[in-house]
Parts: sequence; C-alpha cells; structure tokens
Amino acid sequence: MTTLLTDEHRAWIGHEDPPTHVEVSRRDIVKYSIATEQTLQKYLRGDEAPPMFIFNLFGALRPIAELRSDGLPRGSGTGPKLPLHRVMAGGTELIQTRPIRPGDRLTGVHRIVDMYEKQGSQGPLIFTVRALRVTDAAGAPVLEEVQTSIAR
Amino acid sequence: MSLRIADLNKGDALPQRSHTPTQVSLFLYNASVWNPHRIHYDEQYTTQVEHHPGIVIDGPLQGDWLAQCVTNWLGDDGTLVRFQYSNRKATHLGETLVSGGRITAIDLERKRVTVELFVKNAAGEVTSPGGATVQLSN
Repeated sequence: MTTLLTDEHRAWIGHEDPPTHVEVSRRDIVKYSIATEQTLQKYLRGDEAPPMFIFNLFGALRPIAELRSDGLPRGSGTGPKLPLHRVMAGGTELIQTRPIRPGDRLTGVHRIVDMYEKQGSQGPLIFTVRALRVTDAAGAPVLEEVQTSIAR
Repeated sequence: MSLRIADLNKGDALPQRSHTPTQVSLFLYNASVWNPHRIHYDEQYTTQVEHHPGIVIDGPLQGDWLAQCVTNWLGDDGTLVRFQYSNRKATHLGETLVSGGRITAIDLERKRVTVELFVKNAAGEVTSPGGATVQLSN
C-alpha cells in the first residue's frame, strides 16, 4: 500500500496543544439536551451535562472567513496538514471522573497520541487519535477523552 | 423502581429507543456543538460534492444516543464511569435508527456493571457499536 503519512506527519505524535479554557453555562447544557432529545430532567434543566456534551466543547472557534468550503475550519484541529481532506468523527472513549455542571470553569489540553492509515472500501483513510484531558478550576480531573477522526 | 446490582443478570437487555432525526433536530444538534460541516445540513453540497447519498447523521449524535441508552436505564441509581463508541457505517436523514444494549459483565464486589451498546439501522446492521461501565449505588 502506498503510504500517505510521512515522517513529518508522524512527528506530530506526542504534540500537545496549549490549554483551552471553557466556562460552562446552564443554557448551553439545556440547548444540547433539547437538541439530543434527552429524557432525564437533570439534563433538560441543565443541572448536569450529558456525557457526550464534551464533543467539540474545546473545539476551535474561528471567524467565518477562516472556514473552508466544506464548512470546517481551515487547518481544522491540532496537527499537520493531511493529504486527505474530508474529515469525519470516528469514535470516542470517555473516562468520566465526575459530570460537567453549569458554572464549571474547565481547562482542556489536546495531545495527538497516534496517526495511522487503513485501506477503506472506497479508498485510503487516515486516522488521527487525540487525547483530551479536562480539569476543573481547582485542577482536579473531570474527564479524559480519546477521540479518533478519520480523513478520507 | 430503583436499579440494584443484585437484581441484574448478564445478558439482560437495556431498553431500546427509536431515533428519527429531522432537518430541524440535526440543525439544532450541530448548532449546539458548533459544527459547521455542510454534510449535516446542505443536501446539494453533501450529495454533489462529497457524494454521500443524503444528509449525514452525525456520528457523535449516535454516540449520544448510546450514552443515553445507559443514562436513561441508570437514572439516579449510579454513575457512568467509562463510555466508548465508534462510527462503523454512515447513516442518513430519513433513516430510523434504534439504540439498545445488554449487560455483559457484573462485578458484585465493586458494584460495577459493563454493558455493550449498539445503534442499528432498519436492515439490522450495527452502525455504531459501543460499550460502557457504570457504578451502581446499591
């Protein structure tokens, strides 16, 4: 198989981003809970965030002028420029120390932990695996997430 | 009725739920997670440029359904400790998908239960498999 990932790409494995800070509002939890059709009142009232509320919580907020024609931010996510540009979420593993709650001032740090290729049914795929460590204002752990994105 | 570990058995099914996303629900989801990717709301772009058969249902939304399968079953009787899912097959606006799961392991001493989870399409294919570990209170 022709390799798409170069040594330059793989040199990003282990790269850690500067910390990102997010303040969680009850209203944002309520919006997410309505959009995902939660049924538990603790989520619909915004007392606590559903586990998958973490998805893209620390994602880049870019001006519209910096979005690509597919809508995604140019240079989307941490990491090198890949030779494949159509990106989809591949999956998540989440270890939750405690739920996210309104008023939380969270710090998230992303790190690239792996990059690899596979041959899909419709062509090559590049998998980028990023770890996210989230702590609260006191520095206590809240959760750890390992998320895989797939470029095709 | 509260969930007690002594009442659970390996193989027990978690309640299933049907999900039929609409253009409105997908818009609200993508707005709430700040995802501007056009394959989730722009049909012409999705089919003609990225060559999907239709608007793509977000993988992380299906991940949320899997998490809900566990949290709805658990209610206030425990906490989710670990959760994972992966996207295996694309799904599109107009499909009705079903989430569910079953207990695969019970640790009576630590009061921990492991479940496997699925989202299936109408053909019965698993589009998003997953798993979780929960800590029960009783």
